[in-house]
Amino acid sequence: MQTTGADLLIRLLERQGIDTIAGIPGGASLPLYDALRSSRIRHVLARHEQGAGFIAQGMARATGRAAVCFGTSGPGATNLLTAIADAKLDSIPIVAITGQVPCAMIGTDAFQEIDTYGLTVPITKHNYLVRSADELLEIIPDAFRIAQSGRPGPVVVDVPKDVQQAAIDVATLPEPGTPDPRPAIAPADVAAAAEMIAAAERPLLLIGAGVIAAGASERLRELAEKDLIPVASTLLGLGALPSHHPLFLGMVGMHAARSTNLALEECDLLIALGIRFDDRATGKVAAFCPGAKIIHVDIDASELGKIKQPALGIEGDVGDWLDIVLPRLGARRREPWLRRVDELRTEHPLATPGRDDPLQPYGAVHQTAALAGDGAIVTSDVGQHQMWAAQAFPFSSPRQWLTSGGLGTMGFGLPAAIGAALAYPERKVICFTGDGSLLMNLQELATAAEENVDVAVVLLNNGHLGLVRQQQQLFYGERYHASRFHAAPDFAAIARGFGIEAYDLGRTADPRASLERALSRRGPCLINIPIPAAENVYPMVPPGAANRDMIDGGTHAE
Amino acid sequence: MQNNAPEALEANAAAPSGAVLRLVVQNHPGVMSHVCGLFARRAFNLEAILCLPSGDGRRSVILLVANEDQRLEQVIRQLAKLEDVVEVRRAPEAGHAFAAAARIVC
Repeated sequence: MQTTGADLLIRLLERQGIDTIAGIPGGASLPLYDALRSSRIRHVLARHEQGAGFIAQGMARATGRAAVCFGTSGPGATNLLTAIADAKLDSIPIVAITGQVPCAMIGTDAFQEIDTYGLTVPITKHNYLVRSADELLEIIPDAFRIAQSGRPGPVVVDVPKDVQQAAIDVATLPEPGTPDPRPAIAPADVAAAAEMIAAAERPLLLIGAGVIAAGASERLRELAEKDLIPVASTLLGLGALPSHHPLFLGMVGMHAARSTNLALEECDLLIALGIRFDDRATGKVAAFCPGAKIIHVDIDASELGKIKQPALGIEGDVGDWLDIVLPRLGARRREPWLRRVDELRTEHPLATPGRDDPLQPYGAVHQTAALAGDGAIVTSDVGQHQMWAAQAFPFSSPRQWLTSGGLGTMGFGLPAAIGAALAYPERKVICFTGDGSLLMNLQELATAAEENVDVAVVLLNNGHLGLVRQQQQLFYGERYHASRFHAAPDFAAIARGFGIEAYDLGRTADPRASLERALSRRGPCLINIPIPAAENVYPMVPPGAANRDMIDGGTHAE
Repeated sequence: MQNNAPEALEANAAAPSGAVLRLVVQNHPGVMSHVCGLFARRAFNLEAILCLPSGDGRRSVILLVANEDQRLEQVIRQLAKLEDVVEVRRAPEAGHAFAAAARIVC
């Protein structure tokens, strides 16, 4: 079959099952777009390449399958970098395809030339500069294989314009790339783990994104229920066990309920599944779970012992491990430990003041959750609103909560929500955001309007970079600087300017009714919720401190 | 280059000390940036590098000298994760290559 590099690339993407691509065209990617025109793949025109990258992330995080974004050379590629780096830190499978200047012009500082390969080495799982059209036959399936194998991650494929235009004769198309076989779990490790769990008096499960990536939520619940082991979660593990589950202790770390961090402090066995001991979860590492042996299961061998030396490190898929270990466990009851955990929960619960008032942080989260229902997908930006949502939203299923954890990228929420809504058009998508974060990818409101996605942007508006303000208050002697926005945009008017329905709960007599109206309609909308600027996220572990040393609103009331 | 008596060369030849790692990698432009970038990004120490194509030229062998400390195992695991790294192992027997190189280069 006679074809071109661009046609071949699009054909290979179709064979990977790709149905939607987010991107922005430019000079060096025009052959790709010309080929895309006659494809059944739908192109979603983002308004900034970072938006395109996060739309792809939203699709990938919501479905678990690799998603694709397109950017042109030069600024198209550099604009994608943040979304790619974000995917690397949170292990999200995306394939970013960039145009590049023609091979003969590489290295000449040509118009819109940038070393995309060099720039993406440290922020990808793997990356390619395609040097001839026939290389695409190997590279495209490989890109998808790598993105989805083991610990998932982003792959960049940089395609020079002349490679896109090159004629190529293809005899047979390669099979689509599929994940590599998972590593086998050593039987000795399973036996040892079963013994350690059986011997533990105060075991605790700490779950992370690896549980969700493995699709192991059900088996995790089985393990917890069989042996009655309490479960704490990292920020990215939320949803793997329903928030209302009696054994669920919530999020661990910097903004955990005090009872959760104290339970970790007291456990004698930490079963860490698909986590990477991030510093926001562990606090001061030397003081993390001081009395516990650790079993660490992770598909990425380099995570075992990277931060915390486990007594037993197991390289493998969390789901595979659970499959093997579950039948070996003998439903042990540890009444004193369960009583102690309950006692901690009673003594040090998470305080959520203002729960019934939609104009208060926890109220906004709580009321939105009640109105949105169980089926809603929830994205967030980064900051106070993210932590309030993580603490208080009643997550009920894996892949329901999409948030930028490792990189902590403000601007993630809106485009990720658009991506999730494209993947699941029948589900409501809530994007919790702040007035700082929303402005970082505000332009994607145009994409939301154009695609008419069912995304409700719930804007907790405090006129500040709230988490910065909070840190300046608590740790910099209330010396506030550059954390307050002196100009207050009218977000409702801005949304309407983009052709999006908007509600301003600060300008309505009945905020709750207004919120209900907003969330009961379909299609994109923005809900501006003015909240008090002095509200802080509590409790809080000061950066660098041990998780036991939490401060709360009582100690630091203004 | 006036002072090129054999004794002087020996005196200048300071072969790097540390753990020697042997990597078999796919031979294409960019592999070195992946390997060296990894050391830079993760603040691992890289004392010396030797790299030569091997066999039919589709693969290369890279010899590295890294610090022998508690992070070395992490270095090896991170190297093993690189897609273009086919094989990585400790190779104390290859240390003399650096001594020989030191005599020529230093």
